[in-house]
Amino acid sequence: MIWNEPMETMSRDEMHALQSERLRDTVERVYQNVDFYRTKMQALGIEPGDIKTIDDIVKLPFTTKKDLRDNYPFKMCAAPQSQFVRIHASSGTTGKPTAVPHTRKDLDMFAECVARSICCAGGTKDDTIQVSYGYGLFTGGLGLHDGATRLGAGVIPASSGNTRNQLTLMKDFHPTILACTPSYAMFLAEALAEEGTKPEDIALRIGIFGAEPWSPEMRAKIEAGLGITAHDIYGLSEIMGPGVSCTCEHRNGLHICEDYFYPEILDPETLAPVGDGVVGELTFTHLTKEAMPLLRYRTRDLSSLDHSPCECGRTSVRMARIIGRSDDMLIIRGVNVFPSQIESVLLEVPEVSPNYVIIVDRKGTLDTIEVQVELNPEYMTDSVTEMEEIRKKIKQKLDSVLRISVILTLAEHKTIARSQGKAKRVIDKRQF
Amino acid sequence: MTIKQISVFVQNEPGRLLEFTDVLTKAGINMTALNLADVTDYGIVRVIVDDTEQAVAVLKENNYNVIVNDILCVDVTDEPGALHQILVKLADAGLNISYMYGFSNAGKASLVFKVDDLSKAIAALQ
Repeated sequence: MIWNEPMETMSRDEMHALQSERLRDTVERVYQNVDFYRTKMQALGIEPGDIKTIDDIVKLPFTTKKDLRDNYPFKMCAAPQSQFVRIHASSGTTGKPTAVPHTRKDLDMFAECVARSICCAGGTKDDTIQVSYGYGLFTGGLGLHDGATRLGAGVIPASSGNTRNQLTLMKDFHPTILACTPSYAMFLAEALAEEGTKPEDIALRIGIFGAEPWSPEMRAKIEAGLGITAHDIYGLSEIMGPGVSCTCEHRNGLHICEDYFYPEILDPETLAPVGDGVVGELTFTHLTKEAMPLLRYRTRDLSSLDHSPCECGRTSVRMARIIGRSDDMLIIRGVNVFPSQIESVLLEVPEVSPNYVIIVDRKGTLDTIEVQVELNPEYMTDSVTEMEEIRKKIKQKLDSVLRISVILTLAEHKTIARSQGKAKRVIDKRQF
Repeated sequence: MTIKQISVFVQNEPGRLLEFTDVLTKAGINMTALNLADVTDYGIVRVIVDDTEQAVAVLKENNYNVIVNDILCVDVTDEPGALHQILVKLADAGLNISYMYGFSNAGKASLVFKVDDLSKAIAALQ
């Protein structure tokens, strides 16, 4: 079923006209209301009148995560705080998160996009959805919740964690759709097998998984373990959250809600847009966002675009499954982690040197992150208790900045490789 | 009496203690006592040696995290109740022991204590 036929199946010409009109409006609004964009556009020698069609987007400046940090919390906003109805946030690199406010209209769009995505994955209003994404500042839980409610489906707001309870809900409430990160879906499938429940004993038929990279092999395992068809949903909090794009029954790429988000793929070196099928950095421009509209936001995710018609009838452009990152960001249990965040915490702790190694692994189905640090010689003690206090203190700082539990290991002085040029700080042992 | 104790941080991995003893052996250092406190992924090796200064120098040269403390050392006769007597005196003085180790040989025993107040402990035992 297609949730919004007029928007999702319009001709490419109509889409071009709609995108052009919406881009002109967005550019006018950010030029008038956001100092950052006005200054940038003036420096490039352009004004809103120079943007006539969506093809003129290449004239506009880029936006990066750093720009959002520099303008924290609300200086990138084109609407006053009195119009915000919700503020989401993603983890930041220096302890401060990135704020993402939404107006009423922005949340309407969010729910619309998620409703489209659930339909795209084969869901209907008759389905019951167990939302096992975290509810909170993270957009996964509330995003899926609002979208499913918009669709008219039943929602079980399970949030993440408490596996035993998740399985009970799954068996007793008969949800037909599961929404969570792929690694958690895998974990639930294994927990189900351990207690001897067979896939045919539960009612699940569809999985909507995102916020984390996963491979076709992992998808096959999840599908077998839960007896479902698994779909890939994509999003990022800066743009909206899950629902920016989702796979349809043909699963040949993710349909982008391009009446709201205009995608470009950039050559990572030259930042020039590339054609269909060429892998590069995925970039989005908001076309209707009110609270914090971003122009050409560089996601750092690597993907490619495909404008060829899809058999499902949707005319929207499709993006390929994310194949990696153009920076050093790690995604651990659905949470974005930058090595620079770890470095900035360690620099504030006198007991250890800022030499560190991050070891990412997957124990069973859940990701683990171990940070190895060297103790500074001045803080050496003969007491295990004091040593453990140092470890606990650093672990707590890291946990609160990264918003994920790390394993902190103290290492002998000078055993961790010194940064000679490009030190190998991250060892990722996971097999996707 | 007080005695110098060297503490060294070692990772709990096969061969790490061996590397440590190798450094001391090559420098001709003799160990009088050794105690190993372990967590899970690392441990603290505490040793009493014949030449503390030299031992610290070679350990630092080999990039070890080293600390030297004054620590309480008591010689007692190797007979029932000897340690008990010491502990009674320390407890009466209100002193806390964070760790201790000891050994006996040829009718004599040596006990090493980490107490929270060294001079008070010495006074209590006199």
